[in-house]
Amino acid sequence: MLEIRNLHATVDGKAILKGVDLVVPTGEVHAIMGPNGSGKSTLSYVLAGRDGYEVTEGEILFDGEDIVGLDPSERAAKGIFLAFQYPLEIPGVATMTFLKTALNAQRRQRGEPELSTPDFMRRVKGAADRLNITQDMLRRGLNVGFSGGEKKRNEILQMALLEPKLAVLDETDSGLDIDALRVVSDGVNALRSPDRSMLVITHYQRLLDHIVPDKVHVLSAGRIVRTGGPELALELEAKGYADYQANAA
Amino acid sequence: MNAEPRILRTQAEETLAAEFQAARTRLAGGPETAARREAAFAAFQKAGLPHRRVEAWRYTDLRALMRKAAPLAEPGAVPAGLPAVSAFGGARLVIVDGSYRPELSDADGLDGVTIRPLADLLAADDPRVGASLAALDDPLVALNTALMTGGVAIDVAPGASVGRMIELAHVTTGAHATQTRNLVHVGADASLRLVETHTGPDGAAYQANGVTEAVIGDRARVVWAKLQQEGDAALHVGTLALTAGRETRFDHLVLMIGAVLSRSQQFVTLSGPEAKIGMNGATMLRGRQHADIALVVDHTEPACESRERFKAVVDGEAEAIFQGRIVVKPQAQKTDARMMTQGLLLSEGGQFSAKPELEIFADDVQCAHGATSGQIDEDLLFYLLARGIPRPEAETLLVTAFLAEAIEALGDETIAAVCEAAATRWLAARGGA
Repeated sequence: MLEIRNLHATVDGKAILKGVDLVVPTGEVHAIMGPNGSGKSTLSYVLAGRDGYEVTEGEILFDGEDIVGLDPSERAAKGIFLAFQYPLEIPGVATMTFLKTALNAQRRQRGEPELSTPDFMRRVKGAADRLNITQDMLRRGLNVGFSGGEKKRNEILQMALLEPKLAVLDETDSGLDIDALRVVSDGVNALRSPDRSMLVITHYQRLLDHIVPDKVHVLSAGRIVRTGGPELALELEAKGYADYQANAA
Repeated sequence: MNAEPRILRTQAEETLAAEFQAARTRLAGGPETAARREAAFAAFQKAGLPHRRVEAWRYTDLRALMRKAAPLAEPGAVPAGLPAVSAFGGARLVIVDGSYRPELSDADGLDGVTIRPLADLLAADDPRVGASLAALDDPLVALNTALMTGGVAIDVAPGASVGRMIELAHVTTGAHATQTRNLVHVGADASLRLVETHTGPDGAAYQANGVTEAVIGDRARVVWAKLQQEGDAALHVGTLALTAGRETRFDHLVLMIGAVLSRSQQFVTLSGPEAKIGMNGATMLRGRQHADIALVVDHTEPACESRERFKAVVDGEAEAIFQGRIVVKPQAQKTDARMMTQGLLLSEGGQFSAKPELEIFADDVQCAHGATSGQIDEDLLFYLLARGIPRPEAETLLVTAFLAEAIEALGDETIAAVCEAAATRWLAARGGA
């Protein structure tokens, strides 16, 4: 599924990722934890293909294909989804329009027929109901006037509709209270599937109480420095990242 | 005529003087109208074509940009390619080369509305013609007064609720000059939806200089849009001089998309208390187009509210201008006025100039203005790309969203749909980045 080999990346000429090796097999959920500044968000943007995040060495293989040269929209159409830490507000683009445009753009790129409006509406309604997203929210401008929790739910709604093969969740727990965290986590867990991999990027262990990973990796100073089971997250929660920051120096 | 004739300097000004001399005896109107024409032409001659040292015209130097004056249009031309029905699904009054053409118009089902050729009002020396322009000192308005042909006069009876939208279709047929004058009077408690459209053939260097005078009665409700989609070699100058009475609700949108050189002037006077108006604009330019929107909103009575939202999208080497002035007179306490103008530059060579001004003479008011200019937001673009939307489509979505605020503020879905379709065509022709 996802195989990252010796990945080096720079932002504004500054080396952030310095040789990341990571394999996420199909159907597994892996967590990336690490201190601030370790390169977690950079890794998520590099996977999504954001401009300005330059891969200087190494490969990102997705279903065996190196995707480093691909545009973000091409990667999305191949099945990579990034749930944003801070989902953006786009006044003037109704959430419903955005969802339909995205879904049909991906289907077109994959050579699949576009969805009819009734079929699309049915899918949206089903997914929105499960996430407590109202019709009114869907009619409003994308994320405009949404609370932090509503924005994150809207990210999960997009993920549910777009049905990615790989979901990268970037600090999905940030800014969420306990109740919102539960709704979002339930939404994510409902999308766990033997055909879908997930990479859960988080600073804190609490998200992993809800979304229990198969493996936990520690990213520090641009490299994966340790890999373990879910218990590794508990250890980090208890001891903090001090050991890894020292190693990084 | 007390104006000392000024020595004309440009070829265009000389041509205009010759045309006025040749046409003055056959132009429509009674003796008073003829006298007004003479006075107006003298005023025009004195000022000449506006240039960069005239502050109101500083970004649009017509003296430099209008090298030649096109010959005055002859009446009677048959417009090619006029759509069978109005794109807005309502009535349509067709004005060809500056003259109202009832035989091409559909004015059915307009209860409470009287429509007359403006030429009839000129012949009768109707004092309402020119009444809204007394305070305006603008050379192009003076030129129009001197040479005005017949547009249309629309009177809406007090209390009439006009269910059918009226399209005022201005069509130019060739490379000539048109001087349209329209009059719109909306009675108290009436309601009206009006769309001016301005079109003409591509490749024809025609010059359209139109003036519309409007008086909106107390408590009337008016939605008014102007869609400037002139041919690609056209020069368009359009002036709206409007007075809104007590507790009126007036929403206006100007869409600037055509012509190589255009200027749309809106002079709005709030002459009764508690009027609420929204003035909006959406400009889309490419190539070497130049479009200038000049707006003056004059709050003369207490407790009026005005909202001004102007957006410009600029591609190629084009230049968009917004000059907006809100005036709050001493007696206009409790005025609430907010003006925002924003430019979105799609190219390195595009330019956007904004000059928002507030002139406040009252002390208990809320007024604000803002202006921004920038490129497509990279963060928003990445968000759309990351959802699988290809770059050209993502840019189109963001540009559409940028314009939507101004277009939707009009509050009319039919007009918004036509404007959005025009924007979509414009963006499709752009073909993405």
